[in-house]
Amino acid sequence: MSANAKPLPPINPGTQPFWDACAQGRLLLQRCGDCGHLQFYPRVLCAACGSRRLDWVEACGRGTVRTFTIIRRAVSAAFEPDAPYVVALVELEEGPTLMSNIVGCAPASVAIGQPVRVTFEIRAQGVAVPQFEPAA
Amino acid sequence: MAEDRSLRGQVAIVGVGDTEVGKVPGLGATGLCIDAAQRALDDAGLTKNDIDGLVTCNSMAEPHMYHAEAMAEHLRIFPSYCVSAGAGGGTTFAVLYQAALAIMHGVCDRVLISMADSLRTGLTREQAMVMQSSSGHPQFETPYGATVPGYYALIANAYLHKYGATAEQMAAVAVTARVHAALHPGAQMRAPLTVEDVLASRMIADPLRLLDCSLVSDGGAAAVLVRAEEADDRPQPPVYLLGAGEGHGHEHISQAHDLTSSHACQAGERAYAMAGLAPQDIDFVELYDCFTPVALIELEDLGFCGRGEAGAFVAEGHTRLGGSLPMNTHGGLLSHSHPGNPGAMFALTEAVRQLRGEAGERQVANAETALIHAQGGILSSHCTAILGRDR
Repeated sequence: MSANAKPLPPINPGTQPFWDACAQGRLLLQRCGDCGHLQFYPRVLCAACGSRRLDWVEACGRGTVRTFTIIRRAVSAAFEPDAPYVVALVELEEGPTLMSNIVGCAPASVAIGQPVRVTFEIRAQGVAVPQFEPAA
Repeated sequence: MAEDRSLRGQVAIVGVGDTEVGKVPGLGATGLCIDAAQRALDDAGLTKNDIDGLVTCNSMAEPHMYHAEAMAEHLRIFPSYCVSAGAGGGTTFAVLYQAALAIMHGVCDRVLISMADSLRTGLTREQAMVMQSSSGHPQFETPYGATVPGYYALIANAYLHKYGATAEQMAAVAVTARVHAALHPGAQMRAPLTVEDVLASRMIADPLRLLDCSLVSDGGAAAVLVRAEEADDRPQPPVYLLGAGEGHGHEHISQAHDLTSSHACQAGERAYAMAGLAPQDIDFVELYDCFTPVALIELEDLGFCGRGEAGAFVAEGHTRLGGSLPMNTHGGLLSHSHPGNPGAMFALTEAVRQLRGEAGERQVANAETALIHAQGGILSSHCTAILGRDR
């Protein structure tokens, strides 16, 4: 019950393909059809060159922990069962950074530079958010 | 950006006012905003009807869709320039710059900047937490459950990891703030504090402990800005705006290019260029210490310390009164008060009092030039201002 009360991303038409893929267990990035720049989060234009010729490509799902924190005091009642939990910035092998949780390990074991791989937490019917767990 | 000295010395602050801070029941956010305004007007020897420019920021506890207009109505004034600014904690000094431009270009003659909120008594702890953490990106950050201390802890951890800075050095920022707050009769937290006390306080979001985090307060402060030529007619010694600059790097921390420096660099460079001054010309600073490591990064970004050196600089006492660069002489957001977005207004009013030589026990000797800096978001939006006793 509490897991379902966690916030759902307010999906918009521009990000629908990203979230649809998450629900299928795939992490997507945008790639610029003109300059090849890879970006996250999804935008209307290429943040590097301004082109609007953007495609979706699947990320390999591997990255490293760029920085992290252990949240001791949950932000809301929905997160209390998880506390303490890890919020991190993960740098994907492809380059872009995203915020996420590191799950599947003791919070105290998380370290900057640690290799991680993507997993998905189902939040609602058809909505899953990408999280990361230690890579084997 | 082209060098621009056009604003230097063109406008002066001729009145400042602080409300009581901490728990201030009975006034509410609107009441505090008006109270601060009246105090600043009294200080300037002006009445509300002398004001034709009004700048506020919205309140979280008592929001208005059009806040400045609502405050003008409450005051029953009819300004020709009326704006509520919104760049988080960076709002405060950005409006100083914009108000100065409005005066210079003849849009108005006398601007009242008044900002207040009642986060302590006007919101429950849960409301305050959820409202503040809503600064996260709704799709790509908020679903992960970070708190505001959590967002800043991401920066703190990166900084400690990169430079080998220590928890003791972060704690020294809080201790310095408390030493100064103890000399300020109006500060919210004045009891003595040691590095050991900070290290013994509970972990909120690693590596930030409770006493690395700023306060949650009711309170507000205000300032009155006029054309420099008019300033000599006012009862208080004028304090001139010598330089101002903004820098905007990102809004959401997950999009920051660099986690251990910020666009405070650009804000500072622009302010120094306008003022024609350099870090070594600054007598004291009032920085944005929402969390202890933020003050360290700002000391480096603004050119007062080399990269990774600010922790030792603070721990060695250089930022205390009597040191080479007194910092946050009123106690800052860590010990004076932090009513949310208006928080840095107290850095402005403190700098003015220091430059007038009326700071009493906490007076910086021979204070002629001050640098004040505020940031909003998560190390996102920055504004630096340089103030001086002389034009």
